[in-house]
Amino acid sequence: MPATQPADLDTTRPSPEALLASAATDHRGRLKIFLGAAPGVGKTYEMLTAGRARRKEGVDVVIGIAETHKRAETEALLEGFEIIPRRKVAYRDSTLDEMDIDAILARKPRLVLVDELAHTNAPGSRHEKRYQDVEELLSAGIDVYSTLNIQHLESLNDVVAQITTVRVRETLPDQVIDTADEVELIDLTPKDLIQRLAEGKIYVPEVAQRALNHYFSEGNLTALRELALRRTAQRVDDQMLTYMQAHAIPGPWAAGERILVCVNEHPSATGLIRYARRAADRLQARWVALYVETPRYHQLSEGERDRVAQTLRLAERLGATAVTLPGRDIADGLLDYARANNITQIIIGKSRRTRWFELLHGSVVDALVRRSGNIGIQVLTTEAVEGEPGSRSGSAPRPPLSIAPYFVATILTGIVTGVGYVFDQQIDLPNISMIFIPVVLYSAIRHGLWPALWATMLSTVAYNFFFLAPLYTLTIENPQNVVALVFLLLVAFIASQLAAQSRAQAEAARRQAASTAALYGFSRKIAGIGNMDDLLWAVAHQIALMLKAHVVLLLSDGDDLQVRVGYPPEDELDEADLAAAKWSWSRGQPAGRSSDTLPGARRLFLPLQTERGLVGVMGLDRPVDNRGEGTLLSPDERRLLDALADQAAVAIERITLAAGIDEAKVTGETERLRSALLTSISHDLKTPLASIIGSITSLRKFWSNFDLSTRDELLGTVQDEAERLTRFVGNVLDMTRLEARSVTPQLFPADVAEMLGIVAGDVKRALPMLRLSVEVQAGLPAALMDAHLFRQVMFNLLDNAAKYAPAESAVRICARATAQGVAIEVLDEGPGIPPGDLDRVFDKFFRVQVGDRRRAGTGLGLSICKGFVEAMDGSIVAENRTDRPGALFRVTLKAAPLTQVSHEPSDQDPDRR
Amino acid sequence: MSPATKILIVDDEPAIRRFLKVSLETEGFQIVAVENAAQALGAVRQVKPDLMILDLGLPDLDGLEVIRQVRTGSALPIVVLSVRSDEPGKVAALDAGADDYMVKPFGVEELLARVRTALRHRLQEQGLGPVFRLRDLAIDFMAHRVTIGESEIKLSKREFELLRLLAEHAGKVMTHRQILTAVWGEAHHDDVEYLRVYVRQLRLKLSDDPVSPRFIETEPGVGYRLKGE
Repeated sequence: MPATQPADLDTTRPSPEALLASAATDHRGRLKIFLGAAPGVGKTYEMLTAGRARRKEGVDVVIGIAETHKRAETEALLEGFEIIPRRKVAYRDSTLDEMDIDAILARKPRLVLVDELAHTNAPGSRHEKRYQDVEELLSAGIDVYSTLNIQHLESLNDVVAQITTVRVRETLPDQVIDTADEVELIDLTPKDLIQRLAEGKIYVPEVAQRALNHYFSEGNLTALRELALRRTAQRVDDQMLTYMQAHAIPGPWAAGERILVCVNEHPSATGLIRYARRAADRLQARWVALYVETPRYHQLSEGERDRVAQTLRLAERLGATAVTLPGRDIADGLLDYARANNITQIIIGKSRRTRWFELLHGSVVDALVRRSGNIGIQVLTTEAVEGEPGSRSGSAPRPPLSIAPYFVATILTGIVTGVGYVFDQQIDLPNISMIFIPVVLYSAIRHGLWPALWATMLSTVAYNFFFLAPLYTLTIENPQNVVALVFLLLVAFIASQLAAQSRAQAEAARRQAASTAALYGFSRKIAGIGNMDDLLWAVAHQIALMLKAHVVLLLSDGDDLQVRVGYPPEDELDEADLAAAKWSWSRGQPAGRSSDTLPGARRLFLPLQTERGLVGVMGLDRPVDNRGEGTLLSPDERRLLDALADQAAVAIERITLAAGIDEAKVTGETERLRSALLTSISHDLKTPLASIIGSITSLRKFWSNFDLSTRDELLGTVQDEAERLTRFVGNVLDMTRLEARSVTPQLFPADVAEMLGIVAGDVKRALPMLRLSVEVQAGLPAALMDAHLFRQVMFNLLDNAAKYAPAESAVRICARATAQGVAIEVLDEGPGIPPGDLDRVFDKFFRVQVGDRRRAGTGLGLSICKGFVEAMDGSIVAENRTDRPGALFRVTLKAAPLTQVSHEPSDQDPDRR
Repeated sequence: MSPATKILIVDDEPAIRRFLKVSLETEGFQIVAVENAAQALGAVRQVKPDLMILDLGLPDLDGLEVIRQVRTGSALPIVVLSVRSDEPGKVAALDAGADDYMVKPFGVEELLARVRTALRHRLQEQGLGPVFRLRDLAIDFMAHRVTIGESEIKLSKREFELLRLLAEHAGKVMTHRQILTAVWGEAHHDDVEYLRVYVRQLRLKLSDDPVSPRFIETEPGVGYRLKGE
């Protein structure tokens, strides 16, 4: 590797990644790990001692969990600590003690001591592993001290297994130790440890003896100790590197090494991954785990595909970038990627295939080595990197073997043989071999490789048996015929290979097309929906149909997560499911069945996420017909589900946003009304008050300076304005009564002319500028009305006319009989009402916009008119005059029989006030 | 007051025009009263009043617009009347160029006081002497010297500019925006917090108690005013 890479230029500036890494630890609690090479070195003891020291400093320390293994000196250290009681978990007939994470979160200490970081929680716990619990404590801002033995580290797992011949099941990702803020190595020489063991300080004597013979042999311990020391040293290196990069200290770090590890579906791939991680660590290199998805991928069993996905996930957990690339050829795919990404080393497992297979198919390793150029290739034998023992035997079953294709192939070969036999005389012998080819091709295209090979074999045998002399034996007389037979075999074999391959590709294309079509159909179905309930139902229904699963959708309802829809309908979730759903909601990560968190739940919960954030959670579950636990969804289905969830989330967000806009509109309208009310009231109350206060203060200050007529004029102003104020307050009260529905009209038949006379008297003083004329049709029937309300209505209409019509203009009142009853019209000579506003003039606080601020008007007058008229079982409309500009208000009241009718209108009625 | 002092009253409420007219006439002013903006703008040109009392709620044109139009060609003192008592309303009127702002309803005494202040301010601006005096405070504009009684007050350049601006408009409310634009420049017209800091400092140096100020008064949400006499 050239040491001077362009990257070196950057080392004078802090690397953003390094700064980010140190920033990410700011709000979190700090994790300190007491790391040991083997049980019994005194990790718990050290942790408790350190905890006591912190307590002495006044730090709030509690014990989350501490396993003393009944060691006396360790137990003594517990004294004085607050210990959070363990949670009892019922599991199969027994109860298990687990750390109570909720109690710790509720207690919220500054520091919590949590023993045995690699512990696996009892089934049904919130997290599968204790380190995940610790992760949650850290993100809650609580510091954690914890202990760990080196053999639990994922990347060292198989090395330790080789050393000790004991495979440790409880592993944890290396990242935990890499991201820990502090790691303290608790070191004890193997001799001392064996000594302690022998003294019974670690295990009871009989166990101790067994342990001494196996795990605790001096050789084992030395090797483990070396591992622990190396791992710690390497972590210190990493920290130093981060520090140096964060502080822009230029230094000689290994630059540019990048490792690529090639993953396949074999169980040994996990060993390969662990090896790659160690290599990457040693070189301080970034590393990538790559799977090349060739057409063969689609021939793999579900179990094998799962294993590919698991292997890639393991690589990610160990810090790799996991990549899947589609490609025709593994070697090509690997090398293309490697060149494009400056990979310096490729690690690949040695093929387990036979030489024959390699001769026919070519070997990936050979191809790689031939074409790799300056990229280093490391080939590992599978023995060196053996994966999980037993996992091979647990390899997933192939799809159930179907006999039908072989049966079909057999029948067809039979028919073709029959046909050939009949035409034996007409056709040359070599040509007869040709008639078998279609059968082979048919089997290959229709049923795949194996039935085609079966057909090939049958054809060869049939050809030999029925057509090659000596007939009806499998021996061949003429050497020429041997050649013919071999050719038939070859042609059939190659044809079947090609046909099967094209079939696999067609199959892959079909799947791709099917999933694209499904996605397209889904998005089309949910695109046009405008309301949330319909949308949720459609989403649940569609996803349920596509994946043949049960689907529930949960949305947040304030603080709480609620089931909004289920298909088939479902309203309630049990506690485990609800917990998983909530976890998924709060973290934005999958939870529940076949995930890392709360795997005991019945459903898998996926967060519905958009760029803006979480919109809900989707729960998925399948009826227990296929496969059983563990594999809820195949990787293909999972990918489809993820895509569907994304689309659903976007659609849900779209509706939420649209609803938000509607709400804002309504709020805006209410806001407008409220401010109109305020403006109106402040204007209408303050204007008369201003005149009153102004006049009175003038009178008081200049009383002796004013002459009599000035005093009288000002006192008159005070009275007029006080009356105006009274009317306004009356209007507001009327409106309040109308809105409270406490207007109870006393309806009596009344003579309209008489009432209008009274109204004329009302306005004479209050609106002196009005030139009013009243016309009443002769023989007008009486109208059903409440006299008080009617006067109010007419006064408001006339007041309105006075406001809008020019001063000194004429206002007419016309009363006449109509089909509906008695119509009383008020006609002014103002500008009229804009046609668009005719319906709205009766709205509260509505004012026709003529000039900005017309003379004092509440915007209540007409609204009150409408309320009162309707209370009297009448109606009121606004129109524009047809004979000239001006507004027309028509009040129609019910007619009532009245004996005495029609006398001339009298607008001289001063006594009727 | 000179008997020739003419006041233009603009209000669409006859009752208000009436009491304003009789009161101000009794005080010796000559009154012209009109009821809308068109008449008001005409009267400003023809009558050439010495002061205008303007109601903001006019039937034909927004009062703020009237102020702006008047201000394009005249320094006529304007006292605004309005039923709006909120700060943005006041600030808008003062920023548009009004000299003072009164919320309806008001007593006639208060109005007379405001009218007098506005008139005096106008006279003061016409012939502002080299030294401004307010009680024991003296500001020497030429020598850039500020004294209280016998003792000299050391002011920074900005503090002096601020005080000078307030003194030049003594008795009149200066809005935050007006002050910031004049002292710090157009770019800073929104930095009200900045201004508060300077006023606090200035008060401290002048030993002025913000609770019962002797010199600088705060108009909450609007601006500051150097007290008139």
